[in-house]
Amino acid sequence: MAESPTRASEKMPMMRDEFIRQEIQANLDTVVQKPLTLWEKLYNITSLRKIAILVLLAVIWQVYSSHLNNPLLMPKFSSTVAALYDALFHGELFTQVGYSIRVLLMGYASGLALATVLVITAMTSRIGNDFLETLTSMFNPLPAIALLPLALIWFGLGNGSMVFVLIHSVLWSVALNTHSGFQSVSGTLRMVGRNYGLSGFRYIIKILIPAAFPSILTGLKIGWAFAWRTLIAAELVFGVSSGSGGLGWFIYENKNELNIAYVFAGLFTVIIIGLAVENLIFRNIEARTVRKWGMQQ
Amino acid sequence: MQQTNTSPLLDVNGVTLQYKTKQHLVTATYRVDFEVYKSDRFVLLGPSGCGKSTLLKAVGGYMRPVEGDISLGGKRVTRPGPDRMMVFQEFDQLLPWKTVKHNVMFPLCASGKCAAKEAEERAMNYIEKVNLTKFANSYPHTLSGGMKQRVAIARGMAMEPDILLMDEPFAALDALTRRKMQEELLQLWEDTRFTVLFVTHSIPEAVMIGNRILLLSPHPGQVKAELNSCGKDEVNPDTGVKLSDRIHEMLFADQVEEEQEVIHG
Repeated sequence: MAESPTRASEKMPMMRDEFIRQEIQANLDTVVQKPLTLWEKLYNITSLRKIAILVLLAVIWQVYSSHLNNPLLMPKFSSTVAALYDALFHGELFTQVGYSIRVLLMGYASGLALATVLVITAMTSRIGNDFLETLTSMFNPLPAIALLPLALIWFGLGNGSMVFVLIHSVLWSVALNTHSGFQSVSGTLRMVGRNYGLSGFRYIIKILIPAAFPSILTGLKIGWAFAWRTLIAAELVFGVSSGSGGLGWFIYENKNELNIAYVFAGLFTVIIIGLAVENLIFRNIEARTVRKWGMQQ
Repeated sequence: MQQTNTSPLLDVNGVTLQYKTKQHLVTATYRVDFEVYKSDRFVLLGPSGCGKSTLLKAVGGYMRPVEGDISLGGKRVTRPGPDRMMVFQEFDQLLPWKTVKHNVMFPLCASGKCAAKEAEERAMNYIEKVNLTKFANSYPHTLSGGMKQRVAIARGMAMEPDILLMDEPFAALDALTRRKMQEELLQLWEDTRFTVLFVTHSIPEAVMIGNRILLLSPHPGQVKAELNSCGKDEVNPDTGVKLSDRIHEMLFADQVEEEQEVIHG
């Protein structure tokens, strides 16, 4: 009986006085806001950080190849740049790149057009949906280059075969991404769109496409990368017979003549174009759309 | 003239609603009747599973009743349309690719209700009413939950629809913001006297917002009572019971019965 009050007080939290501050201290000792240093500002620029990485890689390359001193296995960075300069301004690299990009754009554009048709059929009917799902699961894992022998028989040695394999490499990944993007548009947004009285084509353009835009953009990027890869591979194999060239053919030809610096220059061009498209085109589209809208961080 | 004033704006007549899940056919509401008059703040109140949101979707035109009919201003409701603007509970109901101003303008332009210039004026007018003028050019992702709901309300009201349908618009907000938004909604109603059909599961919210409260019982939803409210939770002089307590008892009575059945069964 005598113990119980002590036990109860042990379980209660300690009593403390209340207080209210009449004045908040005006002059604080600490920094409320101060500008960043120049170094911090520079470090915040993404492109600067990336350029620093590229410079570092180039330096490692140069040091290693100087140490190795075997231009047949690993030409120096400086001689690769010199070869690139030479091939661009005295050789035929420009025309080769132009040729490659022309074929690439033809394949990419027709791939996108076909993907649009497929996705629209899938959106409007259940059988279309099944059709798209079956086709993508069949053909998406099939490497485009495996179709090249068949393409040669069907379309001959011209651009036709190239465009065919490019379409194959673009179509399925773009269709798959776009379609899953449409399917993941939130029910609320769909209801909002219909609440406005939108239907059919206007509903797709005004509501579904912007709402699915992050996935559509991913599809476009993956499609672009697949197309670019397939193109170079196809040219390596196929440029031999067609003779019209392209970047892959440029690489192949220089390898045959053991101009390894030029082989590196060709590969370098592939990388530069890839970087340029990613950073100049896709990044800009992203910044103006999905990032601005807060749909992607 | 007298006739039109006394005829209801929204007439829900013997409406049975059913939807299918993967395994079951669920009856959400069974032969529900109610009438909403112009400038009503009509609240659908009930526990979860009483089909109040389904009922609102049916008025919105997203669902067809299997029995009975719904008519707005004498015309039968068959599909969604801008004469019944919805305000949803979810914060993602704004179009993320449009600024606040364009979100409010878009339905005005898309439905062909007014030209771009007039739409902009009207949108700004309603954005001012919900105190968001400073944020007119912001994108939705930069706003807080309460601000997003304000935009959604401004968007609904700017259309000046026959009836505004609100599906638990404040349920996802914190208590302080919710309280503030309820007061703002009533203030807006004082200004423009719009008609609103409001779904909630909160008794205090129903008492505060509604002038008329429809009580639904669950599984399936059936009309239990229709009560008047003056906005303040007043004590009924005859029974000496507060309105909220009366509602609470009516909704709670079912549960007691159910529990007793379980015990006896």
